[in-house]
Amino acid sequence: MPSNMEIQRISATLGPPTGVREAPKVAKLIDTTTCIGCKACEVACQEWNDLQSEETSQFGTYQTLPDLTPNFWNLIRFNEHEEDGQFAWLMRKDQCMHCEDPGCLKACPAPGAIVQYNNGIVDFNQANCIGCGFCISGCPFDVPKINAKSGKVYKCTLCSDRVSVGLEPACIKACPTGCLQFGTKGNLLDIAQKRVEQLKSQGFKNAALYDPPGVGGTHVITILAYGDRPELYGGLPKNPKVPLYLGFMKTILRPLGNLLMLLGVVGAFAHFSRYGKREDKGE
Amino acid sequence: MTNGWVDIGNTDVALVMGGNPAENHPCGFKWVIEAKKHRNAKLVVVDPRFNRTAAVADQFVQIRAGTDIAFLGGLINYALENKRYHEEYLKLYTNAPFIIKEGLKLPEEDGLFSGFDEKKKVYDKASWAYELDKEYAKVDPTLEHPRCVFQLLKKHYSRYTPEMVSKVTGCSVEAFKKVAEIITSTYTPDRAGTVIYALGWTHHSTGVQMIRAAAMMQLVLGNIGRPGGGMDALRGHSNIQGATDMNQTHTLPGYLKMPVPDWQTLKEFNEATTPKALRPNVMNYWQNTPKFMVSFLKAMYGRNATKENDFAYSYLPKMTGNHSYVYAFDDMYKGGVKGLVSFGMNPVNNLPNSAKTLAAMAKLDWMVMVENFENEGAIFWKAPKEMGGLPPEQVKTEVFQLPAANFAEKDGTFTNSARWLQWKYKAIEPPGQAKPDMEILARIFLKVRELYQKDGGKFPDPVLQLTWEYGNPLNPTSEEVAREINGKTSADQIDDKTKQVTLKAGQLVPGFGALKDDGTTACGNWLHSGCFNEAGNNAARRSTADPTGLGMYHNWGFSWPANRRVMYNRASADANGKPWDPKRAGIKWNGERWVGDVPDYKVDSDPKEGLGAFIMLGEGVAKLYAIDFAEGPFPEHYEAYEAPVENPFHPKVSANPTAKVMSTDKDVFGKADKFPIVCTTYRLTEHFHYWTKHIRRLNETQPEFFVEIPEDLAKEKGIKNEQLVKVSSARGTITGKAMVTKRIKSMMINGKKVYQIGFPIHWGFAGQSTGPLANLLTPTVLDANSSMPEYKTFLVNLEKA
Repeated sequence: MPSNMEIQRISATLGPPTGVREAPKVAKLIDTTTCIGCKACEVACQEWNDLQSEETSQFGTYQTLPDLTPNFWNLIRFNEHEEDGQFAWLMRKDQCMHCEDPGCLKACPAPGAIVQYNNGIVDFNQANCIGCGFCISGCPFDVPKINAKSGKVYKCTLCSDRVSVGLEPACIKACPTGCLQFGTKGNLLDIAQKRVEQLKSQGFKNAALYDPPGVGGTHVITILAYGDRPELYGGLPKNPKVPLYLGFMKTILRPLGNLLMLLGVVGAFAHFSRYGKREDKGE
Repeated sequence: MTNGWVDIGNTDVALVMGGNPAENHPCGFKWVIEAKKHRNAKLVVVDPRFNRTAAVADQFVQIRAGTDIAFLGGLINYALENKRYHEEYLKLYTNAPFIIKEGLKLPEEDGLFSGFDEKKKVYDKASWAYELDKEYAKVDPTLEHPRCVFQLLKKHYSRYTPEMVSKVTGCSVEAFKKVAEIITSTYTPDRAGTVIYALGWTHHSTGVQMIRAAAMMQLVLGNIGRPGGGMDALRGHSNIQGATDMNQTHTLPGYLKMPVPDWQTLKEFNEATTPKALRPNVMNYWQNTPKFMVSFLKAMYGRNATKENDFAYSYLPKMTGNHSYVYAFDDMYKGGVKGLVSFGMNPVNNLPNSAKTLAAMAKLDWMVMVENFENEGAIFWKAPKEMGGLPPEQVKTEVFQLPAANFAEKDGTFTNSARWLQWKYKAIEPPGQAKPDMEILARIFLKVRELYQKDGGKFPDPVLQLTWEYGNPLNPTSEEVAREINGKTSADQIDDKTKQVTLKAGQLVPGFGALKDDGTTACGNWLHSGCFNEAGNNAARRSTADPTGLGMYHNWGFSWPANRRVMYNRASADANGKPWDPKRAGIKWNGERWVGDVPDYKVDSDPKEGLGAFIMLGEGVAKLYAIDFAEGPFPEHYEAYEAPVENPFHPKVSANPTAKVMSTDKDVFGKADKFPIVCTTYRLTEHFHYWTKHIRRLNETQPEFFVEIPEDLAKEKGIKNEQLVKVSSARGTITGKAMVTKRIKSMMINGKKVYQIGFPIHWGFAGQSTGPLANLLTPTVLDANSSMPEYKTFLVNLEKA
């Protein structure tokens, strides 16, 4: 975890952001209409992060694995789609969306296991992770994966280490067609809007940018030709939201839970002091 | 490529056929994406499968594998019928006005042109010639003479109606017309289209004619010679272009012809290979052949090549027949080859009919395999029985394995598809005993020379007198060899007019324009001359200056010939030297000289003089009609050698009558009754040919061999995704997992339902990931011009394993 990126939010910790420096929000833009599924991004991610190779097998598709794994943080999902005699082979790069309002961070009970930097990147700190898996249920995109051996959770870091020294993420560097772009979210929104307009003029009436408001917007934004049906792209949820109860997790539920637990302990002690051990009644 | 990678970014329409650039050239393919994003260019893909390129295309049309000539002929007909052709361009820059002599018969009735010898399976081309007036061809500038090329072209392709295209290729008339409109839209001067292709065209018994047909279409549309236009051939290996530039079995460096026994003297060679002008007022640049040839001989034999000994021409071996790759192994199978030295070539995996290849290699006395990984060729005797392997005890070959340095472990140039020589630097030392090919060659050569010096031999001179003047003879540097290829003088060069010394003795020549046939210049490859001259290592330049804004980058690397970026660029401007499209100017006449790109033309020739635009040809103009090829002056649709139907145009002459067919006991072929399914082979992004199965990360992303099967065929045979299936041809059987897909559809061909399947080629018995040898199934039938095997269309049967 890089030390020179200001932390804006910390899991299971109340209180205001601790940093003072300002930073523009970054984003990764994925243009699925120019993705050729070459997997340079898959290999770049593995190589940069020195991840172990997964045991893979041919399961009837060009897709490398059925799902992300603790050792495989970004996956191109291949989907064949046919309608009205038109055929499309949809390819979407799937990885952590780096939500502005991250469900994983809100769900996490371990202080400091999940942090969000002021530039928007959401990072896991395995040193503080207790392996409970709450982040998995908190994530509307089913991204975090538990490593069975270490018991810790892993996901795309948006190359926080590279970004902290002014480099672009490894996947972006490797992408040969310019399908992946990195920069400030403001700039990329402009670029994306122009591209969506171009796609609409070419006949893709429902082309849209996927930047779901239900999670406060994301720092990984995706251009979809069939923007009205994100589920075609390997199960991208149409309207992802952070589960409602998580909104109250840190502020109300957990403190309430802690309070109840404290009261329970205090109450049990008070009772013991007052009444002593339970006595046997009867011969 | 006539144009280039970056130039693709200048196009309005990119037609991709016989190639899959998104799959196999993902980096170069970004230029197609750039054109789409920044110029609203249209990408049209016409292919037997919906592939990764089709995934980002504006239009996709599926055609039956091997029917590309029918489709392209249909496009030519569509352009001519609908007056969507660039008439001025045709009149100025092609042989459309040329008149053909009486007696030419077109193949409309029986599938044959005039002059076919049934027994020898070759044409007597006498009836194909131009009608001459003394030594020049007669022309009709109005294009109306019934025997002028333009009228013959119209007549020949009039049979290629949209309905006929649909019948032969299986695409719908509607789909054909839709893409025909888009593709032919580039006929106007302000629009330009390019054709991008690769082995999906070359790997057919009619491959050369497929490419021809596309080039003709591009001429009809006026797209050759212009930025954003051209014929953009995709080469495979990083330096395959450099390799073919330097030498093929039938060519010397720079595409000079390989001598044959009929040409015993240099004079006979020059006479036979130097073309004659066929029109007045043409440059006929190949008339400089003697300069290139003598300079080449001087590079080879230096001081030992003199006027007195015919510049050592007699030291060159004379080619006694076709000894290209498939022929050589056919010879080997017949016991005619003792030894093989193979540099980075894997015959077991890349030749058709692997069982024959394995049997052939077993007959060698010895073999030297120079390789970066221990691939199938290097351990051919370990081939399993089911892959056609012989029992190892039956293999008597003595094998020498020499580990070679990989691409990042040595420096030198790669010449890419765009003809750019780009210098690359060594990044890391080769491991263990691995050495660069240059060093391996040098050591072998010097040892052989030593033996000749000691023991003599039948004809030692070519070996003993070869120039080998390097700082360290055992390991020449790439710079030294690059300078040899560039060329230098051995005597002061004096300008005829000014009498000044333009080059001193021993200086590097600026380019091939300085080459002489008097023995005072030496040049290893005239085409590459200019790559490393007195200005320095031009292949190592990396300037991103782009004053034209068209991505020419004249100071990035060195583009042959003469650093020209777009070839045939005189045709990018009209008769007055004004560019057809001022926003994409190739060259233009500024009143005194041609400026822009390096002119493919005499730089100070006033357009009023009307010097022929295509300077390398005796006609001075591009050949819509050409007699250079085996099959005929115009491409005609012929079925693949193993085809599911008879040729709908002329069933009696179904396949290419001139195709070369190998004929040993192992060269067996199948028919549609037993093998009803069309099969094709192809590549995957994640792998490169056969050696990436040694690489962990690539095996991770594409782990196993598979067979792509259309949904309805899978249903018919009860095959589910991931189930093991057997694919068999007349030559063998392979087993693999099924990938049931919507991306290949069944087709109706002339009323018959035809299925197509396909599989990738990358597997074999060596490496971390093993699988079947794709080429166990492919046939030994070759294109008559290129000797290229028909890997891309053959007949198979499919069943559950």
